[in-house]
Amino acid sequence: MVESVIERITRGHFWDFHGGIHPPEQKVITASKPIKQLALPKQLIIPLQQHIGREGDLLVKIGDQVLKGQALTLSTNPMTVPIHAPTSGIISAIKMSVIAHPSGLSQLCIFLDVDGEDTWRDRVVCTDLETLSNNDIIEKIADAGIAGMGGAGFPTHIKANSKSDINILIINGAECEPYITADDLIMMEQSNAIVDGIKILDKLLSPAFILIAIEDNKPKAIKALQQATQDIEKMKVCVVPTKYPAGGEKQLIQILTGQEVTSGQLPIDAGIIMQNVATCFAINEAVRHDTPLIRRVVTVTGQALSKPQNVWALLGTPVNFLLEQCGVQAVENEKQPVIMGGPMMGFSVASELVPIVKTSNCILVPSRKEMPSAFEKESNEVECIRCGQCSDVCPSQLLPQELQWSAKAKDYPQLEKLNLSDCIDCGACAYVCPSQIPLVHYYRVAKAEIRQLQQLDLKAEKAKIRFEARKLRLEKEKIARQAKQKKAAAARKAAMNKATPEATGAKSAVAAALARVKARKAASQAGGVDSKNNATGSISSVDEPIDAPVDEQLSPVAAAIARAKAKKKLKQEAALLTPQSDVLAKETLAGEPEKKPAKAEKQINADDKKAKIAAAIAKAKAKNLNAASKPSASVAPPRASAAEKTESVQTSVEKPTNADDKKAKIAAAIAKAKSKALAKKAAQVSAETAELEKTSAVGDKVPAQVVQDNIVDSKNERTPAPTADKKAQIAAVIAKAKAKKKNKESSKIDSNVSHNDQDSV
Amino acid sequence: MNILLAILVLGSLAAVFGALLGFASVRFKVDADPIVEQLDAILPQTQCGQCGYPGCKPYAQAVADGEAINKCAPGGEDTIKKIADLMGVEVLPIDESHVQGDAPKSNRPKVAFVIEEDCIGCTKCIQACPVDAIIGAAKQMHTIIIDECTGCDLCVAPCPVDCIEMRELPDTIHNWQWDLTSIPVKQLD
Amino acid sequence: MTDYLLLLVGTVLVNNFVLVQFLGLCPFMGVSSRTETAIGMSFATIFVMTLASLLSYLVTTYLLVPLDLEYLTTMSFILVIAVVVQFTEMVVHKTSASLYRLLGIFLPLITTNCAVLGVALLNLRLSHGFFESIIYGFGAALGFSLVLVMFSAMREKLANADVPGPFKGTAIAMITAGLMSLAFLGFTGLVKI
Repeated sequence: MVESVIERITRGHFWDFHGGIHPPEQKVITASKPIKQLALPKQLIIPLQQHIGREGDLLVKIGDQVLKGQALTLSTNPMTVPIHAPTSGIISAIKMSVIAHPSGLSQLCIFLDVDGEDTWRDRVVCTDLETLSNNDIIEKIADAGIAGMGGAGFPTHIKANSKSDINILIINGAECEPYITADDLIMMEQSNAIVDGIKILDKLLSPAFILIAIEDNKPKAIKALQQATQDIEKMKVCVVPTKYPAGGEKQLIQILTGQEVTSGQLPIDAGIIMQNVATCFAINEAVRHDTPLIRRVVTVTGQALSKPQNVWALLGTPVNFLLEQCGVQAVENEKQPVIMGGPMMGFSVASELVPIVKTSNCILVPSRKEMPSAFEKESNEVECIRCGQCSDVCPSQLLPQELQWSAKAKDYPQLEKLNLSDCIDCGACAYVCPSQIPLVHYYRVAKAEIRQLQQLDLKAEKAKIRFEARKLRLEKEKIARQAKQKKAAAARKAAMNKATPEATGAKSAVAAALARVKARKAASQAGGVDSKNNATGSISSVDEPIDAPVDEQLSPVAAAIARAKAKKKLKQEAALLTPQSDVLAKETLAGEPEKKPAKAEKQINADDKKAKIAAAIAKAKAKNLNAASKPSASVAPPRASAAEKTESVQTSVEKPTNADDKKAKIAAAIAKAKSKALAKKAAQVSAETAELEKTSAVGDKVPAQVVQDNIVDSKNERTPAPTADKKAQIAAVIAKAKAKKKNKESSKIDSNVSHNDQDSV
Repeated sequence: MNILLAILVLGSLAAVFGALLGFASVRFKVDADPIVEQLDAILPQTQCGQCGYPGCKPYAQAVADGEAINKCAPGGEDTIKKIADLMGVEVLPIDESHVQGDAPKSNRPKVAFVIEEDCIGCTKCIQACPVDAIIGAAKQMHTIIIDECTGCDLCVAPCPVDCIEMRELPDTIHNWQWDLTSIPVKQLD
Repeated sequence: MTDYLLLLVGTVLVNNFVLVQFLGLCPFMGVSSRTETAIGMSFATIFVMTLASLLSYLVTTYLLVPLDLEYLTTMSFILVIAVVVQFTEMVVHKTSASLYRLLGIFLPLITTNCAVLGVALLNLRLSHGFFESIIYGFGAALGFSLVLVMFSAMREKLANADVPGPFKGTAIAMITAGLMSLAFLGFTGLVKI
């Protein structure tokens, strides 16, 4: 089968593909002049991504001095290709800039100020290809940043590293698009280098045959390559008839081998690989001369230029520099349209600072006479007359008319059925359409929509899976929690009922605690109930002698139980003191937010204590204003004093203390803010506050001082500053949040208050 | 006599056919209803609950049982049209009462974003997220995983310090849509 | 044999039930907005019409005529058709739930499709024999399906076309049906039945 194909190829009798058009070539403008070496521009704008895939990681930063050929990004995954400095200079900026993309969007670019020296980095020339292994060569190609230069920008090292059997390697020198002569010139001038590059690919892929396809409108290029390959049996120069789009991958394969690469397939599946001639030249430069991809041939053409020609453009050269060099004539009263690419597949650039990238092969600057449609603002589109010319010229044998109907109706399932994904965007259908319908435009919009819908579908699938997993996890947790509770309850019951030493010890500890409480009650009643903090002080002093005689191993347990008892007791006491506590709360509430930022460094312990008290009292106040009776309120004051008690007893439970404090602080902040909001509403209560503030100012200071003395020693290991800062932060944030929530419904605030209060307890 | 015969004939005919149908109904009994799966596949899986059901599957079940098809806010017009096609019912305009929030109906997708300076680490948003798209733990910073966020809005309300807001995803060249009004195809003359 | 062939051609094209005899317009307009539903509906109708045609013939010939109960034809035909449709509905529900949902109410409405009753009665009127009844029923259904599928393809295109405002939807569909009917007039005289 392959034999007859190759026989036909040797004879020069090729196949043909369906459709195609013959637009005026316009290549004479630039085909006769040699490639010009330009002067260095002042600044280069190098986008980080110039290929299909993702950007590499930056290796340089602003202010770095770079040498010509130095790598600027690092490739960390196979689909990433690095970029290199096209000349020596200093990195002046790394920022977003408009790139060569039809969207006109910006991407991250490196701004390189050229120093004019053009100093190379050190290069190692490889004289003998045989010394390099295939892996070495692939690495060199990857490190040199070579991507497909025919227009797609696919990372070359992936294509060249193909593991499957390659039957035919096709080198694409067809260049079918009008105006462009970049490949033509490079074939004319650098045919030997190109053939050297092909030899490298030959070493990597070992194909059975190598075909170099050139259209018959490039006689000089054909001659040059025929001369370069005359001694190499494997390589054949194939002259194909000129037709647009013969240079398309699938079309060229069909012309040369008669094989159709079916829809959804890749050429590699048919054992064929295709590379552009410029890519081969770059591969040769990279592997033999250690020169990374830093320049390419660009055809700068169009009747609006006085000196249209091909140039060696450094990657990153802004388009306006090229236009200046080729003598662009300013268009009066209008913006000169600048097209990157050819007239069929190119796009208008959004700004003249757009840089040349690895895939830019042409800059087309048409005059008004040459291309009036480029200057027109509105489109001349009229109704489709169903002439059918579009399907006659479609190289992919699609039905552009049907595609147009469905694209306009946004009928995406129908578009998929009509194989919209096989459209190569060549523009032949739009070229022949008598109604001047911009067909390719509709297809591009539809393709983007379909792609997005597919992405959304994938996302929805993922979200569903996560949701199901979460449901499962919550259920499992619930079951585990229930099992644990049951076990704990059973254990507790067993412990209570069994006659073990711990149980008896616990029981005796309980009895001891009860005894202690009774003693305390007697003592406090003797001491008087002028201030609840004094009572606390007396408790702590009374407590320690009683604690001592209890057995060593039971003291933590005993202490814990004693604490619980104390809590209960103080709850009752606090209930009596509530009216006075309200007053204290008001004062501290008003004073706290203003004082806190100022006192951040000093008296941190006092602040903490105050906050705790304030938290408790504020909670109580909030509850009162809310007219909702909840047990949490009464627990809060005893909790504050219980915390103090813990520190004074100096047990080994510092961590819960800290947690308690933090919790109290957060609760303080939240409750404070909430109370503030509520207080704003209850106008008469605020008035009350102002009055009482004056009378009780003195009374507040005394308990604070007493408290501070008791707890100073136990707080030595904590770092006060961050906690105070955090508190300040929290308070500020809460204040902000509350200001925001001012506009919302009052019921919402109320529900939040009750909800959060429950949680913080 | 003729009347009696007529009645007899019709009656027996009816009886025979009735028996046949009865047998057929048993033989061709349909048990499961795969329509719920198909409906669920159309819904956007944000699990936001704006339709009034706790998730997309329950709403799919409800629609199969006859619920109105225009309750899915994140799905939008597209989803309603697809459900209408599948169920063979009329396309209804979206039910405005089920659209949460006061944001204008724009086509740009939104994801949640935590303003990290304000976050206090309360984990309330983590518990609210139906697809576990928030990383964090108690008293640790909370962050939204943008790739997993479905934009359902459920985390915004529970935050006690109001530090979550919905932001549009930025345009990048990877998600850029061609615009019909931008570049016409150039033609040679 | 040629007689049967001519009968078939005549029923499908010359005396097409929908476009020439104007029977069965309800499902014709109702199901033809999408080609998938149209194809599903046509299969269902072929099955129903052929079977109903056959059964009606049997009932008439072996039950009603011998017992001199010809006045019961309408009632018994309706009975037969209803049973057949119900049976078809069960089969469709079992085999393809989505088609069942897509056809929706139109599946049981085949019972009231005047084309089905029309076939049964016309069989009687034209004094068809056993095989002729079957072919007549099958031909009628085939003609119905042909026109239904063609019409649905046109309607799908019409949905995307730039139709003037007042004509959108059913109006343009009716006009198209009328034009199709005019086209089918061209078959007149093709077969002398």
